Amino acid sequence: MNEVCFKTLDQKKSWSLKTYEANGGYSVWRKILKGELTPDQIIDELKTSGLRGRGGAGFPTGLKWSFMPRNADVQKYVVCNSDEGEPGTCKDRDILRYNPHSVIEGMAIGSFVMNATKGYNYIRGEFMEPFYRFEGALKEAYDAGLLGENLDGSSVSFDLYAHLGAGAYICGEETALLESLEGKKGQPRFKPPFPANIGLFGMPTTINNTESFASVPEILAQGGQWFADIGVENSGGCKLFSVTGHVNEPANFEVPMGIPFKDLLEMAGGIREGRTLKAVIPGGSSTPVLTADAAMAMTMDYDGIEKAGSMLGAGSVIIMDDTTCMVEALTRLAHFYYDESCGQCTPCREGTGWLYRVLKRIMDGNGKADDIDLLLGVQDKIIGNTICALGDAAAMPVESFLRNFRQEFEYYIEHGKSMVKG
Amino acid sequence: MISNKAKKQIDIWVAKYPEGRQSSAVMEALKIVQAENDNSLTTEAIQAVADYLDMPGIAAAEVATFYENYNHKPVGKHTIRFCHNISCMLNGADDLIVYLEKKLGVKTGEVTKDSLINVKKVECLGACVGAPMFQIGDQYYENLTTDKIDEIVDGLRKKSK
Repeated sequence: MNEVCFKTLDQKKSWSLKTYEANGGYSVWRKILKGELTPDQIIDELKTSGLRGRGGAGFPTGLKWSFMPRNADVQKYVVCNSDEGEPGTCKDRDILRYNPHSVIEGMAIGSFVMNATKGYNYIRGEFMEPFYRFEGALKEAYDAGLLGENLDGSSVSFDLYAHLGAGAYICGEETALLESLEGKKGQPRFKPPFPANIGLFGMPTTINNTESFASVPEILAQGGQWFADIGVENSGGCKLFSVTGHVNEPANFEVPMGIPFKDLLEMAGGIREGRTLKAVIPGGSSTPVLTADAAMAMTMDYDGIEKAGSMLGAGSVIIMDDTTCMVEALTRLAHFYYDESCGQCTPCREGTGWLYRVLKRIMDGNGKADDIDLLLGVQDKIIGNTICALGDAAAMPVESFLRNFRQEFEYYIEHGKSMVKG
Repeated sequence: MISNKAKKQIDIWVAKYPEGRQSSAVMEALKIVQAENDNSLTTEAIQAVADYLDMPGIAAAEVATFYENYNHKPVGKHTIRFCHNISCMLNGADDLIVYLEKKLGVKTGEVTKDSLINVKKVECLGACVGAPMFQIGDQYYENLTTDKIDEIVDGLRKKSK
């Protein structure tokens, strides 16, 4: 536990350069500055490690980095996505607060691999404590000669800046994030072209999640195989899981991929006394909800969670006990997507509002007999019909809540009140 | 319209972006100007930011209306941004919001008569392990209870006296 991103967590001033370096921090970056590592070696190690994008999409990081046209004679950028906002997710906040240098070193290594001399860390606007921590760490790194131009007399240069958001979930989508970084509304771009070709300010750009970057230095220090062996097949390494909701001790846990869900639940102190597990959203609000039985048989890795019928997402495990009204829970999520849709694509802009209004009318006791079919029809027309994944993210909970807990919706429509709460 | 102090703060942000890309600083510039103008933005203030960053007024206005953290009417001195998303909801946020509304004598979205506090329901603030939680200014307050809310609100009132 706590072997990579949280390596310094239990130490005094875990966020300081001194603590980071005492734990082997910046050893990989210094090797690079001495010319002892090549971009190809780094990409190979990352591929071996099995590290996949920790923001939710799970794309292999080594492969992503290899897509950058590193020899193109233009300014290239490396961007960190710290716009953490998926309901249930609060891991990147703790990485930035407690181990910001791991993000800086990870981004620096990425910049070298992709020959990008400038980087931005896009931090959500509400994360002021993490922002100040990150800024403090940047200053320490500059003062120590770890950032800047022609570092240590080498030809390697890297300038890194923190950028703040202003409150928009959609900016966690990588192309919306780029728009936002350019000072525009955060509306996603069409892909292709992908950011590796046309990204920030029209230049080749690679965007990775905070946890992905923070994992890179330790992977390279210990070796890709070391990381891969921590996890299971197809899910290398360890991962941060935010366990929240109806548990006794909600917390972030950095544990090996493949850990049984029931062990993770136990680490979080288990379900509150006298109650039983009812449902689990395993990867953040966008991922399908699971029944207690499906969850208890599941292992926490990409394939294990997929087998159980959901997705690992950002590793945000939301626990619901038997006092939870599933109609209320879904209505809350539907409101979220309705609120956060950027308004660009009609199916999402109209569909998210439609879903919310129908659920709201059920909650108000005015549900109609065919509302369940209506909800299923609307979500089906959103999925796959939008520029970005927010539409899918809004639709997937609807389908899974209705599939797994249909009787609660039927009861609410028929009786005008909650089956659970009365 | 924009003070010299604010201009200096904005310039720090402008320096982070490539030459000619100063509009990347618009989000922070709007926040800086908002903080200077009783926590809300007028059309004139938005235009002044646009002028300062040499970008079209409509582009700054789009940003000011797209993102959540800008206000376009008076909101009082402190905004309590109460998360009501799933993890906070499961941990009793709804009851606490009602408690806070009663304590302040306002509904969410309204400002107290003394213009000190307004309460806003917001979506996930990314501190779910500390649910239920809210934000005031730069600071997060986590694992809220009615007692904690009393303490925080009474503290704000005392400070303003």
